[in-house]
Amino acid sequence: MDWRQIGEIVSQPDNVPIVGLALVVPFFVWFGWRQARATDRLISELEADPAQAATHHRKPQPYRRGWDRELPVWPYLLRIEFLAALIVTVLLLVWAIAINAPLEEPANPNYSMNPAKAPWYFVGLQEMLVYFDPWFAGVALPVLIITGLLAFPYIDSNPLGSGYYTLRQRGVALWGFGVGFFLWLMLIFIGTFLRGPGWMWFWPGQTWDHARVTYEVNRNLAGVLGIVNPWLGGVVGLAALGLFYWLAGKAIQWLVTRRPLDRKIFERTSPLQYLVFQFFAITILAGLPAKMILRLVFRIQYVLVTPWFNI
Amino acid sequence: MPGLRDGIRSGINGLRAILKTPQKTQIWKSIFRVKHERKDPRTRALGTVGNVFLHLHPGKINRDAVRYSYTWGMGGISFYLFTILTLTGALLMFYYHPTKVQAYRDILYLEHDVPFGRLLRNAHRWAGHLMVITVWLHMLRVVLTGAYKKPREFNWCVGVLLLVFTLLLSFTGYLLPDDQLGFWAVTVGTNMACATPLVGHEGPFGPQLGMTQANDVRFAMLGGTIVDSAALLRAYIWHCVAIPLIAVVFMGVHFWRVRKDGGISGPAPVVLESEIKPEPER
Ligand code: HEM
Repeated sequence: MDWRQIGEIVSQPDNVPIVGLALVVPFFVWFGWRQARATDRLISELEADPAQAATHHRKPQPYRRGWDRELPVWPYLLRIEFLAALIVTVLLLVWAIAINAPLEEPANPNYSMNPAKAPWYFVGLQEMLVYFDPWFAGVALPVLIITGLLAFPYIDSNPLGSGYYTLRQRGVALWGFGVGFFLWLMLIFIGTFLRGPGWMWFWPGQTWDHARVTYEVNRNLAGVLGIVNPWLGGVVGLAALGLFYWLAGKAIQWLVTRRPLDRKIFERTSPLQYLVFQFFAITILAGLPAKMILRLVFRIQYVLVTPWFNI
Repeated sequence: MPGLRDGIRSGINGLRAILKTPQKTQIWKSIFRVKHERKDPRTRALGTVGNVFLHLHPGKINRDAVRYSYTWGMGGISFYLFTILTLTGALLMFYYHPTKVQAYRDILYLEHDVPFGRLLRNAHRWAGHLMVITVWLHMLRVVLTGAYKKPREFNWCVGVLLLVFTLLLSFTGYLLPDDQLGFWAVTVGTNMACATPLVGHEGPFGPQLGMTQANDVRFAMLGGTIVDSAALLRAYIWHCVAIPLIAVVFMGVHFWRVRKDGGISGPAPVVLESEIKPEPER
């Protein structure tokens, strides 16, 4: 166990935000989850008692007859904003006094950093380079993520759960986004904490050995199946991809129509909405982990090999 | 001792009156259009609506939305960090030249000679990192509360673009110290652009379309085939001028849409499953 190595990675000034992220994201997920539970409890109460549903103000927040439903922004909101600004300022000042921004040697094209890492918020993409060729990891995937996010509100046809925390009314949307968010964070953590010189995998506490050599034999799917003819290999690769899309699509279909409410929402979803949803769900939420497992566990580099691009 | 108490009270009242005298002058009245007083709801609302900086806000707001727990304040904090970054960034610009000869030395100068220069640089850098985090948390909050749903779909899209600009701002800034860290991070990052399909010289169908090192998309980004002086200047202009300008415009639209879409989305009354309207409105 090389504690010094762990300390060195964790205390890198540019890695401090990730350590912060590791604390702050769980906190806010818990904070949101707690409020969702409160709403869900209220929802079951109101569903059980239509009389109450007609009279209750339908929020977990307390309300008494005669209270104003609206408050003046000044002072009630502005004082909170002022306080928040004050806290952020103090936090930032303490951070800026305590930890210095890194400055390495002057840029030198002849002496490469090893490992040369992207800034942490892009390390996820850099980690994807292990699993996909650069045209996919560095270009197609970011474009897919952004278009997927842009499409998100238009493919969620669930009319419930607008403007309050809830889990039971929005299972599919929350799981879908949650898995993507989690994957992104996980890739950042892997790329930052588990990748050392040569972008090799180092467990926490393993010394970053610059002389380490790993003998990895990377095979392609066709090679594993003993196919030599490139044409046949291409056809088999395409078929494997098609099979994956079909199977994953089926599995996702099953997942999003399990509960009665989900089926009701499914019925309101137009074919175009559903197709777009499936495309992003299969490609990003199922495809990335599948390729990661193929690569890390089965040492398979490419499923489909063509003269122009490989997947 | 009623005498003493009355004395103190009249003293305080007198002090109040003195403190308020500037407010009675013509100059004061010409600057502040309305009185910021706690008198009645209308005066309070006017205090917000009649002020150019505060009128981003409505005069009144859903009483439960005032709580921290609904929005986590993350959108507002992101915006606040953006203003801090603009301020500290402008100060940094006084000391920084985007040239290969000067850039690195300017950072050293900032760190060792400029009064509070190191603090300034640190604050700018950490505010940038923090803003990436707060924007992600803001997005998470919007998802958890379903705030992207009708009629706020478009504002979600504006938000996604703001997220992209935030990341691009951080990334272009990374190169500016012209040190090994930034140089190699940007080299790694822009090397991926070589592999862009169609317009990268190593990407699918790129070579077939006549892409080479000296005319593909990475060349356009760097102004050369390696990260050098042209790239430094380009990063500087994107970082200090172009992206902030674009981002400010989008933030304006974002805030305006928050208001036009009916203010903050909640906490809204819950809708029950039995109340779903049968026909989807398309
Ligand atoms: C520079 C980045 C951003 C800034 C400064 C910003 C600022 C804000 C502010 C101040 C609000 C008011 C409520 C609140 O504080 O939560 C807001 C609301 C909103 N933002 Fe952003 N935002 C940014 C990025 C984003 C992103 C990345 C998304 C989503 C992908 C997004 C989507 C929304 C939506 C949908 C609302 C309306 C929420 C509601 O009505 O409850 N914004 N934004």
